[in-house]
Amino acid sequence: MLAYIIRRILYAIPILIGVNLITFVLFFVVNTPDDMARMQLGMKHVTPEAIIKWKQANGYDKPLLYDAATNGTGALTQTIFFDKSVRLFAFQFGQSNSGRNIGHDISQRMWASLAIALPVFIIGILVNIIVAMLLAFFRASYIDLSGVVLLVVLMSISSLFYIIGGQYVIGKLFHLVPISGFSTGPDAWKFLVLPIIIGIVSGVGSGSRWYRAIFLEEISKDYVRTARAKGLSELSVLFKHVLKNAMIPVLTGAVVVLPLLFMGSLILESFFGIPGLGSYTIDAINAQDFAIVRAMVFLGSVLYIVGLLLTDISYTLVDPRVRLS
Amino acid sequence: MSSGNWTQVIAKISAKNPNHRTVCVRLAFSMLVLLMSSCVEQSWNSPYPVEDAGRRILYSSFSERPKHLDPARSYSATEYTFIGQVYEPPLQYHYLKRPYELVPLTAREIPQPRYYNAENERVDADAEDLVYSVYDISIKPEIYYQPHPAFAYDKSDKDAGTLLYHDLKEQDLEDIYSLSDFPETGSRELVAADYVYQIKRLAHPRVYSPILGVMSEYITGLADYAENLEKIYTAQLESDPENRYLDLEKYSLSGVEVVDRYTYRITIKGKYPQLLYWLAMPFFSPMPPEAIHFYSQPGMQQRNLTLDWYPIGSGPYMLSVNDPNRQMVLERNPNFHGEIYPEEGEAGDEQRGLLRDAGKALPFIERIIFSLEKETIPYWSKFLQGYYDASAISSDSFDQAVRIAGQGEVSLTDDMKRKGIRLQTAINASTFYMGFNMLDSVLGGYTESSRKLRQAISIALDYEEYISIFSNGRGIPAQGPIPPGIFGFRDGQSGINPYMYEWQDGKPKRKPIEYARQLLVEAGYAEGIDSSTGRPLVLHLDITASGPDDKARLAWYRKQLAKLKLQLVIRNTDYNRFRDKMRKGNAQIFTWGWNADYPDPENFLFLLYGPNSKVKFHGENAANYMNPEFDRLFEQMKTMENSVERQQIIDQMIEVVRRDSPWVWGLHPKKFSLFHSWYENVKPNLMANNSMKYRQVDAALRSEMQLAWNKPIVWPLGLLGVLLLLLMLPAVLAYVRSEKQSSLSVIQKQEKGEA
Repeated sequence: MLAYIIRRILYAIPILIGVNLITFVLFFVVNTPDDMARMQLGMKHVTPEAIIKWKQANGYDKPLLYDAATNGTGALTQTIFFDKSVRLFAFQFGQSNSGRNIGHDISQRMWASLAIALPVFIIGILVNIIVAMLLAFFRASYIDLSGVVLLVVLMSISSLFYIIGGQYVIGKLFHLVPISGFSTGPDAWKFLVLPIIIGIVSGVGSGSRWYRAIFLEEISKDYVRTARAKGLSELSVLFKHVLKNAMIPVLTGAVVVLPLLFMGSLILESFFGIPGLGSYTIDAINAQDFAIVRAMVFLGSVLYIVGLLLTDISYTLVDPRVRLS
Repeated sequence: MSSGNWTQVIAKISAKNPNHRTVCVRLAFSMLVLLMSSCVEQSWNSPYPVEDAGRRILYSSFSERPKHLDPARSYSATEYTFIGQVYEPPLQYHYLKRPYELVPLTAREIPQPRYYNAENERVDADAEDLVYSVYDISIKPEIYYQPHPAFAYDKSDKDAGTLLYHDLKEQDLEDIYSLSDFPETGSRELVAADYVYQIKRLAHPRVYSPILGVMSEYITGLADYAENLEKIYTAQLESDPENRYLDLEKYSLSGVEVVDRYTYRITIKGKYPQLLYWLAMPFFSPMPPEAIHFYSQPGMQQRNLTLDWYPIGSGPYMLSVNDPNRQMVLERNPNFHGEIYPEEGEAGDEQRGLLRDAGKALPFIERIIFSLEKETIPYWSKFLQGYYDASAISSDSFDQAVRIAGQGEVSLTDDMKRKGIRLQTAINASTFYMGFNMLDSVLGGYTESSRKLRQAISIALDYEEYISIFSNGRGIPAQGPIPPGIFGFRDGQSGINPYMYEWQDGKPKRKPIEYARQLLVEAGYAEGIDSSTGRPLVLHLDITASGPDDKARLAWYRKQLAKLKLQLVIRNTDYNRFRDKMRKGNAQIFTWGWNADYPDPENFLFLLYGPNSKVKFHGENAANYMNPEFDRLFEQMKTMENSVERQQIIDQMIEVVRRDSPWVWGLHPKKFSLFHSWYENVKPNLMANNSMKYRQVDAALRSEMQLAWNKPIVWPLGLLGVLLLLLMLPAVLAYVRSEKQSSLSVIQKQEKGEA
């Protein structure tokens, strides 16, 4: 397994270089270093000299990808792309264009994202599995039918509706929790309750429907019939046998997103004023802060690769037949 | 024990036992805190700590994180909200008097310039051989900086004057993540040298002060100083790339000098009375050199400990919490030198209760909490719940808050009145205009034909309608570049633009569209056809439109020009491309705006000054308007004191630009603000950045109102529980029934169902 993991890590390197290159090209297609300088220097009284100075000080006065004036490897290394990319692979994110330490900002903001994303993820999976099991138990009955209709309705509603509706009903109408905000103290939970509930409810529709489909497929298999024939109760059949065997597709969907929980949720964080990573990238794009955009895309790619690797490893844990080679 | 004390108990337990069990204890205690919080007079949905209830705290918000808090660099209203309360330039605007009036802040008095000729002989203000002006600025003694680690002395070695945190190594900062992590702080008296130091910082090659270009034109020697510093700094970096500290005290600036401990001198090329307005802006705040040295130490920037993030001033407040992802907190500065609330204002201020606190010591509020609110909906809801003390009115909530009567009178809705909310309106010192590129071959130029074409378009664009549709009536149509409240603006019949308006029934009335069509005929574009080519005239509007309302706005522009049978092509683009087009002069028609830096007509009329044109001189004259007559008058007017003569010159300038019509004059926006009944001493002051010290809150009334407005409604939770049980009931019944059946029948039934 170790060899497999090492091989996967080595595969990741060209992928990350590619992702970095695409991010770089896309960013500089719509933004020039001059634009970035103007964004940082403000709107009024910006002189061409100030722009030149800013670019020099921040390393944006070099060619973007290829320096035709330099010979040898210098043609590739004396460029903005090389300058700004090489440290990423050592997870040195450097400073944002406004002078902030990106690594420090990420390390601070990811906890707020996790405070929302982790409970939503864990409780959400539990709720989805329970609802899906319930519907699988009553499959082909009116309970199943009405349940599926309800799930389709739930998944058809925009998450924005849940957020605004939840804030209106729970926070504004019933005055039960604050409408938005965040705290790191012991009263943090009262700010987290509503976004977590909304995060779970908005995911129940699609999640439960998907799990129901997985469980129904598993229920039709021979070993389930054998279990029933042996006289096991339906609950035992479902929770002891079907659930265990349905774990591979469940894991596929769940483990891969696990590392990405750090990245937070854009809309949820924005509406609830949660100072997480969700809005960090969007804010950076709006501010044309390439340093942050590059760091966040790189981090997202790394986490996604880690997620895929963890998924593969988790297969071996839930299904002894799977061997990584 | 109050719940505030309980919170401290939890914090103490956590500090002693940072293990998993403690987390459980914390959670349990948190629940207890919630229960107790309901007993200590705070609503469940309050977003603030229970111990803050009833304290004199002002609750406000910010929607985007400030980029810079360095007074040499910061140049936006969002940033001034914070640093305006911390830094103290020598002058400030009188809080209540209108028109805006400068008064001393840290200065003893308003500095009076002395004028000199080339032989260093004093001359009169209007002397033709005047070469430079000298301003001596004396500051008050006994003003101290806020407590800050940069001033902390080594107590064991105080006599030697060794600063405690000025020789730090990276390893010394291991446990330091914010300024409050430094155990020791100190202070020192503000001196004139600090003001001189800050002016020098404007020229620092890595500060990127936006006003360096402007100030270099006026402050003697500043341009050379900046050039010199650039060379010195580059050489320093070459010899030691890690050393980014440039000791400005070593290098003198000829136009700015220390006269004595409390006096400094600024020498200006020629005459520049607007300098006094600049002296009321944070750019000219004092900066202690110790702070710059402190922040330049190794490891500081990596921890985001920079001047750009942790301001250091002598003002009424200091930034005690800087978490731009969540909250910024201004705390009362314990070393504040003291100031009193103004004892006089303009007529009507006394009746409005604005002089109730006259003569009392400032500031009134002990803490100001700014919470990050990116979305308007939660912000508005929290304002209505009483958790924010003031609010602007977004388009979404306008109808809920404001009612506009048939005569255009603005009043609050009954809901707002019931809550005791007050409305204040003020016309911003801003202008939003549509510009014509005067370099354009069709719309530009100074011929009678192009002039008439621009005038016709200006009449067709009905900004009264625009304000009504897109701004909910929050604005007034502009008659020229100068907004109300600025010297040079004329109200009433004498102030209307005679090329676009007529005076009817005591108010301006836009000229009829038939008149515009006639102008179009005279311009050679009858029925929208270019008589020289026989083709329809197609115009291009460059705009950056991305919001949901923009589609309607763009359709409106097209509709307005369609009244003249002119075709308008909208070239929607992102802001970068738009600015690029403007710099290169590739736009034909565009929309733009300007907010006043200071209340002087020069700050608006310079937007049309030829040597300030964007394409040729990279200036702010985006229309590239160049009229020698206007430029001559501008040069004459810009250094004059406000007087009848100055008004006459401004009138002539306005007449010139109205006739040439390089802009469709657009509108001056009107600011609508809502305030709760407990928020007092609020008067819009569009020039002052340091108004927070005058504000007052009745915290007891606020707590009372918050409790009354936010009583928790719990019964829906019970109802929800019952509903869930009812929903589960059929499933439970079905399960019980199926358990009673034999396994075989279940299999048969299920297989039948699956089939």
